[in-house]
Amino acid sequence: MERHFDEELKGLHKELLRMGVMAQEEIFKSVEALKNRDKAMAEDVIASDDKIDKLELDIDEHCIDLIARHQPMAGDLRFITTGMKINAELERIADLAVDIAQRVIEIADKPLLKPLVDIPKLSVVAQNMVRDAIDSFVKKDAELARKVVLSDSEADKLRNLVADELINDYMAKDPSSASRAVQLLLISRHLERICDHTTNIAEDVIYMVEGKVVKHHPEEL
Amino acid sequence: MAKIEVRNLDLWYGDFQALKEVNAVFAERRITAIIGPSGCGKSTMLRVFNRMNDLIEGVRTSGEVFIEQKNILSFETDLVDLRKKVGMVFQRPNPFPLSIYENIVFGQKIHEGSFNRAKLDEIVEASLKSVLLWDELKDKLRKSALSLSLEQKQRLCIARLIAVKPEILLMDEPCSTLDPQSSARIEELMRELKNNYTIIIVTHNMQQAARVSDDTGFMLLGELIEFGRTEDIFTKPKDKRTEDYITGRYG
Repeated sequence: MERHFDEELKGLHKELLRMGVMAQEEIFKSVEALKNRDKAMAEDVIASDDKIDKLELDIDEHCIDLIARHQPMAGDLRFITTGMKINAELERIADLAVDIAQRVIEIADKPLLKPLVDIPKLSVVAQNMVRDAIDSFVKKDAELARKVVLSDSEADKLRNLVADELINDYMAKDPSSASRAVQLLLISRHLERICDHTTNIAEDVIYMVEGKVVKHHPEEL
Repeated sequence: MAKIEVRNLDLWYGDFQALKEVNAVFAERRITAIIGPSGCGKSTMLRVFNRMNDLIEGVRTSGEVFIEQKNILSFETDLVDLRKKVGMVFQRPNPFPLSIYENIVFGQKIHEGSFNRAKLDEIVEASLKSVLLWDELKDKLRKSALSLSLEQKQRLCIARLIAVKPEILLMDEPCSTLDPQSSARIEELMRELKNNYTIIIVTHNMQQAARVSDDTGFMLLGELIEFGRTEDIFTKPKDKRTEDYITGRYG
């Protein structure tokens, strides 16, 4: 028997998917803005954040309403509680896209400190992770979620490379480069944090699909 | 849109005041649940809407209850007409000891004096379809209604109401004798029916009220303590007494 509740769950699923797509778009735009030093696009990212914040509140309210009214159990309960967590992670991810956009606005008018090499690589890793994490949620695919969790080390590695280069080759040698170097350092940090939040989403998806807790238990992966 | 509007309603059974200064608006084509502990007046309130309390000796009411701008508490109210418009489903399904077919056309015969076979057949089919019983029962229409399962009987009782084209369905603990699966199916049926009818349900089962209703009223000792959208009542009630009741701390 198709329950009325199933309709509600489908609705929540759709809202979360929308949230995921919006967050993904914001990262894409912030990275494009960086590549093209496009202030207008960076400002667009900042302006879009209100919509995501509103959707976050709506999804939260929907989840609370479903729990209060339907007393969900088992898979339904895991889906709704995971949905609340994913919702918060996606909102944080969109905030980090805003942070990147703000850094872009800071450096857009200044000459580029160095050609960007590892930051674009890091941004590709971040975008792929977010895409796969959302896919794993949509398809209830725990294997894909595991792949996302394992990708995080690559992001950490790239972030460290960026930091080493900026600190040792630029800031230490030429203190006048510090202000621009710090902006790039922060951008790499924001991208790496996006990957961390995405890892959380993937861990939540594994819990949702299999009921297995892998967060803080890498050996369970 | 308001379907029923209750203004300053008081009701006494002899010296005992069962309803106190109740004010509420019941919206059209929505499901409103009335919840509260035993003896809080919720069934009494439900029975006001089709004047079933009139059958109890020593009942007095004051105040007004408007259904489409008409005060149904007025002495001018035609009770047969009112009860046709405002049907009631009870705790225990109460089919007549007649065939399934005769149960459904019973009201039609009384209200319309209609005995046109083709028309009656049509009503039986439409009514059974609207409670999702047609496929199960279309070949057993001459069988006694008493042979049905409890859930089927309850559905039949709803079909019997629908046959006379009411506007409001009052349901007094309609699932209390049913198992959880049958209850769930009746709840799904209620959601279907609200597209065409205004439904008011009295229930002890708070989870059911939360699941099925759009609006909820909480009653205590004859007073309507709080009334609002179900999601608000169950997530952020304004009155501490409502909170205590729905969280199981009452009493």
